[in-house]
Amino acid sequence: MNVKDLVLLIDGHLLNPSANLEREIRGGCGADLMSDVLASIQPEAVLLTGLCNPQVIRTSVMADVAAIIIVRGKNIPKETIDLANEEDIALISSPFGMFELAGRLYKAGLPSLESPVGDGICDCGE
Amino acid sequence: MANPNRSFTAQEAENITRVEELTYELKVEEVMTKDPSVVIPETKMNNLLEIFRKNRISGTPVVVNHQLVGIVSIEDLIRCLQCNDLSSPVSKYMSKKLLTTRSTDPVIEALKLFVNSHYGRLPVLDEQGQLVGIITKGDITSGILKALQHDYQEEEIRRYRASHLFEDIVSDRSSLILRYNIKQGDFIHGGSASSAIKKALLRLGASPQIARRTSIAIYEAEMNLIIHTTHGGIIRVEIEPQQISINITDEGPGIEDVELAMRPGFSTATETVRELGFGAGMGLVNIQRCVDSMRLESVYGKGTNLRLKINLLEAESVGESSTPQKER
Repeated sequence: MNVKDLVLLIDGHLLNPSANLEREIRGGCGADLMSDVLASIQPEAVLLTGLCNPQVIRTSVMADVAAIIIVRGKNIPKETIDLANEEDIALISSPFGMFELAGRLYKAGLPSLESPVGDGICDCGE
Repeated sequence: MANPNRSFTAQEAENITRVEELTYELKVEEVMTKDPSVVIPETKMNNLLEIFRKNRISGTPVVVNHQLVGIVSIEDLIRCLQCNDLSSPVSKYMSKKLLTTRSTDPVIEALKLFVNSHYGRLPVLDEQGQLVGIITKGDITSGILKALQHDYQEEEIRRYRASHLFEDIVSDRSSLILRYNIKQGDFIHGGSASSAIKKALLRLGASPQIARRTSIAIYEAEMNLIIHTTHGGIIRVEIEPQQISINITDEGPGIEDVELAMRPGFSTATETVRELGFGAGMGLVNIQRCVDSMRLESVYGKGTNLRLKINLLEAESVGESSTPQKER
């Protein structure tokens, strides 16, 4: 699936139309904690997130994210869109929530690109 | 798709702009055919047919003493053939309504003339009004393609040079040092240093995996400087062919209990920081996962020093070719 197909699938609105619509998406990952994204996401994934500050774009650049979907049709600040333009990474807003979006993408054949956090490291609750 | 008219990619858009730029940068004389074959008004039409056939051209200027007096094309020849009039001179069929362009004009001027007329070729004159060449739309296309290819080769050479940087420098130990000053509380620019480091590494020929690991580790550390320090700090990255050493220092406040800070999930971050998607207590854990060695030293009340190292395998070396030709 490429960015163009993705936008169609989620009734999305592409916020930076200059982004590469042909870029291939290998799978998905959903998270609001950027550290979780950095820890678990594999390259070339679409990132589903409720966060919309510029750090989402930065995180995506470091983690080789192929496209970003901001869930629940939020208003996205200008500096986030500017940074997405600068880094040439597709930024898409969708009216659906995280659960609905993950379901749609999974059903359309996108696998999870969240690698399990091993080493017994995820003992946040303690 | 949101907007079906926007079907070209950013890369294509970039190329279009470059082509447009080139139509202003390139001069007519750089793309035209120099010293074209010419005829005089008295040349017979059957000789003209022979010239067209031999030189595989479809039009030629008509001159008297280097001064342009007309232009004759294959269309004129067809008209002549229809009248079975090949023994007439060129002057009878040539076109005297002349559109010309100057050799020193940018290519865009010639393009405008082509767009606004039905002509297939334009005679090119120098400052003195003498004929020096002829230009067709095909000449413009191939001129632009040549220039684009030249651009591409230059970029390739720059890339090649960066990825072989250390090979050209003789020393017992060469390295490249990048420094970044990070401001406390500068959330808007948080990650710009890591982003720049990632690009530098890729340019130096690092593998995508190495660039990713390094930039994720530095990004977490950069956010720590922004979130937790009193005055920000400094990121120093030393790149050598076989290793990347990262040193992150700040002058306070220091970590009270380093062992506790390293524990997954432990965090002292405020609600504001958590709203940014950080402060989940996974930063140092993430850093450790990305690097080969990590040393965290902190004096509470004074400051913190974080040293990271990423080792590169022979095949992953940066700034020099991965297959070493000679032993030192």
